[in-house]
Amino acid sequence: MRELSLHILDLVQNALEAGATLVKLEIIENFAADVLTIRMSDNGRGMDEQLRQLVIDPFITTRTTRRIGLGLPLMDMSSKRCGGYLTIDSTPGRGTIVEVKYQHSHLDRPPMGNLVETIKTILVANPALDFIYHHTIDDKTFSISSQELVDTLDGVPLTHPDILTWLHGFLLENISNLYGGVNI
Amino acid sequence: MKTIEDLKRLREQLKSQNNVRHEGGIQVIVGMGTCGIAAGARQVMTAILDEVAKRQLQTVKVGQTGCIGMCEKEVLVDVVRPGEPRITYGRVTPADVPRIIADHVVNGRIVDELAVGKIV
Repeated sequence: MRELSLHILDLVQNALEAGATLVKLEIIENFAADVLTIRMSDNGRGMDEQLRQLVIDPFITTRTTRRIGLGLPLMDMSSKRCGGYLTIDSTPGRGTIVEVKYQHSHLDRPPMGNLVETIKTILVANPALDFIYHHTIDDKTFSISSQELVDTLDGVPLTHPDILTWLHGFLLENISNLYGGVNI
Repeated sequence: MKTIEDLKRLREQLKSQNNVRHEGGIQVIVGMGTCGIAAGARQVMTAILDEVAKRQLQTVKVGQTGCIGMCEKEVLVDVVRPGEPRITYGRVTPADVPRIIADHVVNGRIVDELAVGKIV
């Protein structure tokens, strides 16, 4: 995968397949320490210690539709290539936390990519999911949760055409503001 | 910069125009497993949401699903119109989206060249 934001989409799909109803995504970009952290926590069914150790192996998957699972192995590989690592903390019945770290300035680090489309997809395509997005770049922070949107909309669906247009502009402005107002 | 306060105003505006419909319910579902994402599912999803906004399609529900085992045919997009068979489109690109939306979602005509499966 060419973009970190595509890996994020992949992690969300994993959480959904684990039966999660709550997913929290935290992105922390610390330029001073030169570390980029992506942490995704879910309340899905979790994994026991044996499976947790195995999921980094591409030939392990919980799916029955095909026998190879590449999502986590690809992200593990890309983080290691960039002076980072991927850790998985999981408790059966409670949920899973995947944390990935990259050396922020590493030449091989995949770009964040189109985070706006990733966040929009997660919010719009999963109305039953409680999704929290929290992004910090040095001292700037942007947060949005599906709960906040649903409460504000008071019955108006997020897929209403005018709301979709608003959501796109809202995410684009706020996320590019985090990056100092550049076009993203 | 846009804030949640703007969303409140937009909501009130839509409600006062009585411009909110919930019934109908055509579903468009995009395959978002690792295979789908790697094949460009997010770009297809973006094209679908753009088309929904542009054509003011109020009764379309857009969703995502995981890998269904036809990875070589990703990006897979399903269209489900109430009371009609579920149609699966394969190798969908953003360029195909306006046609699928116009012909099938809006007008109920299946786009045969792109269809790879039908579930009755």
